[in-house]
This record gives sequence, C-alpha cells and structure tokens, in this order.
Amino acid sequence: MLALFTRDLKLAFRSGGGFGLALAFFLIVVMFVPFGVGSDLNLLARIAPGILWIGALLACLLSLDRIFQLDYEDGTLDVLATSPLPLSGIAAAKATAHWVTTGLPLTLAAIPLGYLLNMPAPAYIWLLTSLAIGTPALSFIGAFGAAITVGIKRGGLLLSLLVLPLYIPTLIFGAVTVTKSIEGTNPLPSLVLLAGLTLFSLVIMPFTSALALKSNLKS
Amino acid sequence: MTVKASKICCTRGVRQVLQDVSFNLASGDCLILRGPNGVGKSTLLRVLAGLSQATTGKLDLDPDDVAYSGHLDAVKFQLTVAENLSFWAGVYGTNMTDEVIKNFGLKPLKNRLAANLSAGQKRRLGLARMTLSGRKIWLMDEPTTSLDAQHTTLIAQSISAHCASGGIAILSTHLDLDIACAKILNLAQFAPNRTTDTSVFLEGSF
Repeated sequence: MLALFTRDLKLAFRSGGGFGLALAFFLIVVMFVPFGVGSDLNLLARIAPGILWIGALLACLLSLDRIFQLDYEDGTLDVLATSPLPLSGIAAAKATAHWVTTGLPLTLAAIPLGYLLNMPAPAYIWLLTSLAIGTPALSFIGAFGAAITVGIKRGGLLLSLLVLPLYIPTLIFGAVTVTKSIEGTNPLPSLVLLAGLTLFSLVIMPFTSALALKSNLKS
Repeated sequence: MTVKASKICCTRGVRQVLQDVSFNLASGDCLILRGPNGVGKSTLLRVLAGLSQATTGKLDLDPDDVAYSGHLDAVKFQLTVAENLSFWAGVYGTNMTDEVIKNFGLKPLKNRLAANLSAGQKRRLGLARMTLSGRKIWLMDEPTTSLDAQHTTLIAQSISAHCASGGIAILSTHLDLDIACAKILNLAQFAPNRTTDTSVFLEGSF
C-alpha cells in the first residue's frame, strides 16, 4: 500500500500529474472575489470563511476524477485488483495521496489567502485547523464518487452531482467553525462535529469505494 | 496447486459468451486459449482472475496465486522503466532483480521514461511484471501483441521456464508459441447455442 501511495505522489508531481491544478484554481477563485464584490473590507472579512471553504471544496472537486480514472484507462486498476492489496486498501492509499497533493496544499495556501480577504487575526488558527481536519473527508468522499464513476468517459458532471451533496455537511461545519471564531462565540462544537464527519468518512469510504470499484471492474 | 474449472458459464454484458467450460490444470501445465475474435477468451481470463464472476459453474483456484496481464500494459508513462517495475515489486512485496530486467530485454531501457518506449517495449515491461509478482498462476491475455519474432520467442521461453518450475500459465494467443507443455483449448466449442441470438432484443433488453 505504501508503494501505491508513494507512486501516486510521484505521479502527481510529474508532468501532467495535476498537482498545481487545484492550488491554482483555489488562488484564482479567492483572489477574484475582492474584484467581484468590491473593496468593502468589513464585507470581505464577513464572507472570508465561506469563500475560503467553498474555494477549497471546488478546487478539491476539480482533481477527483483523476483518483481512479487514469489507472483504469491504462489497465493498472485491473492488475491492482488482482494484486495482494485489498480494494479498500487501494482506495484508502489513493485517497490519502489525493489529500496530500490537494487538501494539504489548500490548507496551507488558505492562510495567505485569508489575509487577502481581511480575515480577522483570531480566525487563522481555526481556519487552519478546520481545513486540516475537514479536507481529508473531501478526499475520501471524493474517492467514493470517483470509484462509482470510474468506467464512464468524461464522467466529471456525474461525479460532481454525486459528490457535492455529500460535501455539504463538511462545508457547513467547516465554515461555521471559522465564522464563530470571528463572531467571538465558541467554535469548538462545530469543529468536533467536523472531526466526526471526517472520521466517519475515513472509516466507511474505503469500503464503499471498494464495492463500487468491484462492480465497475466486472464489465 | 491446481486450477479446476467445471461447467463455467460467462457473460459479457447481457450476452452469454461461453457455456460449460471445463478444464483441469496441475503444476507445470500451460493452457492456450484459442478461438476467433469475440469468442470469449478475454472474458474467461477475467473470470479466472476474479475480476468478474462466472454466472454458473464451479471455479477452484486460489486468488492469491494469480498474476493477471490484460490487453493493456498497466504501464505508467510518467515513470521510468525501473520505477514502473519497482512499483509493482512493492505491490507484490517482492524485489526487483536485474535478472527480470535482463530476461525481458529491458536492460538498455532501464532509465528511460515509459512514455518514450515503443509499443513492443511497453508490452515487455508489462509482461516483466508477471515474473516480478512471484505468483504461481499466470493469466495472460494475448501477451504476444506487438512483439517482434525474437521477443515472442523470449516470452514463450519465460512461460516455459515458469511452467517448468511448477507454475501454471493460461494465455490466449493467435500465434503458435513454442511451449512444450502447452495444451490447447479451442473456446469455439463452448459457444452457447445461438438459436436465441435475436431474442435478447425481443425480450426487451433495450
């Protein structure tokens, strides 16, 4: 499983690997918001948590279809499925690699971008923690969606439709955590719920992904 | 170690392609699947590999012994030949040896990106995985596609060597490979009775 994880990291950084894609999209979305809504600093500070979380979520969505599709197209997935690795382990390794190349850089990039949106100082630590805790759920739920749509050519639309509703709880609790820290109320309860969602995804999604992959490989 | 198939039926999509396929293989056997295009060679190999399931019949083989090689080479273009092989060695928990690289004529290509290989060279890289896997039962779907005469012989030799060392190989090919222990199974004899061929349409599959 380690071999698969390190290979996926290696591929992400090689040409055509798509490492920069999500990050660049995130930067563009967030940097364009002040142009769109104007330079009212109070307004920007108020919407910053929502913008940052939505931006991170959409950026994550952008690279989901690569999780299994590339391996499916060149026959690697067939061979992996007959290898000693269990399908759930394959899904977990690939979702983790996706998080390291997408969720983690997004989390780190959110700090300077929060500054661009005039986010108040006490919110930074909560932004960092909520993204660090929440983005693994995005990768694992996304891997499930990618596993369902793996046989479909250009299944990006279907993948988005499947995955976005499942992302909503993570988005709500993630953004609320940051908003509450700005308002001065206790952000901890929503952060704990966010952590709960992530733990749930980490446990369940590799197995559901394995089932989806198994039925998709049949044809 | 044996592979036993008794009365296996396979479907592809909604269409049944093979009916009552039976064979027994023991250590050292090599089975060559023959038959015209579309007869179900790949479908049978996928069933044997555990990627899809037989609709009826009994299949007796240990999935932990199987190494599968399909139509596609399972080669990553962005990685070098050595990186591709060491990845698969990692997956199968074996070691990449120079012997494998040499046996498949990959030594001069070792540090080249797989994207820059020819079709035949990629094929060899894909097949080198079988030796690397250290598994006993090889399932190969047309392994000789895009290989030249010299390397076809090389592959036939490595299959013979695998069988001689107690392994089992099941492959589909349209060429006459020089494998001493090979049995030939013509799948055309297992084609289901096609009198009902039009009924798939009439029975409302569409």
